Amino acid sequence: MLNLSELGRMLTEDSLRDVVAEMLRRAETTLPADVVDGLRKGMRRERSPIPRLQFELMLKNLELAKKFCAPICQDTGTFTFFVQLGRKLKLNFDLETAISGAVPLATREVPLRANVVDPLTRRPTGSNTGMRQPAVHIELVEGEKFQVDLLVRGAGAENCGRVFMLRPVEGPRAIGQAVMLTLTEAWGRPCPPVIVGIGVGGSMETAPLMAKHALLRPLNEPNPDPALMRLEHRIEREANRLKIGPMGLGGKTTVLGVHIEKAACHTASLPVAVALQCWAARRARAKLAGGRLRVVEP
Amino acid sequence: MKLIHLSPPLDEEDIKKLRVGDLVSITGRIVTARDKAYARVTSGAKLPLDLRGGVVYHCGPLAKRTPDGWRIISAGPTTSARLDRAQGEFIRRTGVRALVGKGGVGGEVAVQLARLGCIYLAFTGGAGVLAAGAVEKVERIYWEELGPAEALWVLRVRDFGPLVVAVDTQGGNLYFPRSPEAFSQVHRQRPHRRL
Repeated sequence: MLNLSELGRMLTEDSLRDVVAEMLRRAETTLPADVVDGLRKGMRRERSPIPRLQFELMLKNLELAKKFCAPICQDTGTFTFFVQLGRKLKLNFDLETAISGAVPLATREVPLRANVVDPLTRRPTGSNTGMRQPAVHIELVEGEKFQVDLLVRGAGAENCGRVFMLRPVEGPRAIGQAVMLTLTEAWGRPCPPVIVGIGVGGSMETAPLMAKHALLRPLNEPNPDPALMRLEHRIEREANRLKIGPMGLGGKTTVLGVHIEKAACHTASLPVAVALQCWAARRARAKLAGGRLRVVEP
Repeated sequence: MKLIHLSPPLDEEDIKKLRVGDLVSITGRIVTARDKAYARVTSGAKLPLDLRGGVVYHCGPLAKRTPDGWRIISAGPTTSARLDRAQGEFIRRTGVRALVGKGGVGGEVAVQLARLGCIYLAFTGGAGVLAAGAVEKVERIYWEELGPAEALWVLRVRDFGPLVVAVDTQGGNLYFPRSPEAFSQVHRQRPHRRL
């Protein structure tokens, strides 16, 4: 067990807040390499001028965002954090306070649009924080690992997510249908080509969390579970046959990837959650290594 | 592909010539409006400026106040379909001739647009910095009390585009599912029936 003072040198509330603010800045202004690759591959696949143009404009926008250090999209979104906290680590500060504290800082300095409002009065909080906002999910893991993952969620894609409580006898085929239904109802609204995160099993609260968590996996990293990998490929092929295309204007590329996570569930249930992530699939990761917390992606 | 240049105010003739798939760029004045501004207009509020023949941009910009006025940092389009219910009424009350947004409008709204002589132009969603680069000046902000994302921003733009004509006045609609079989098959077998 590491003692507090030793750990205090590695990780303080202030240093964590500053690293998270840096994660926000990088996530908003650059995309991870696997997503940029996915967009380039998509562009090579397209034959018609309109979908090609959409890809060209997306890539050009990414260059400009990087150059000016400006947010890729004006919808700088809301934030979901997934934290892996090693059981051997003891923190002498509140993790959620430190992470949330980075959000108003980044909102002022990047800057970000003040998107967060009260759900009933619709009054903006101004800081992009509020009750249970940002969402911080903490998972306890073995050892001394400390990792923070960030997903940026624009409303266009967030609004198109769905939770289905399927009939268990319908099995994997129904999972594919649920995804096709989500994609066809969404059409161009979630800014395709999208990454599809799917949570299979669990319950009505764990399925969507798995769907979001699945979006953290890079596009070039295969699913370690071969059965899920096959299902992912099947759904991806089927989705691209819908010809929704970049921005819903038609084309061969509707999804950049399909990522599934699963959990065991009740014999009488089959919960399936589908979360869509827009082409501007903004995420960031920070890791504790060599006694220091560093942003490792993007 | 050929780029057609438009400068608002637009008349019906400018609009009628355009067909889905045409590429357009806009130079001149455009005005942003989204959920709250639409609600205000359709509930009868008097417009603070004349929008007849105008171009309305579905956008809530990210902007920074500087000593020389507002600077637009990122200003891509928002999801137009959120405004579907108010769209027809908004066009009737304002007289706008072109909407710029992303994701398209519903099938019935596309028919209304054609009837009202208004086109729908798609700008690439998420391309916020590209759009901001076309903004020469923030001329004015009306209804600022609605919040920065919801206010009416009067923007002077140069070569804003390329925009894709996605709904025209002749019934063309690029968002209409190109694979109706796939669409109907999915919807026939709706998987989320009640248990």
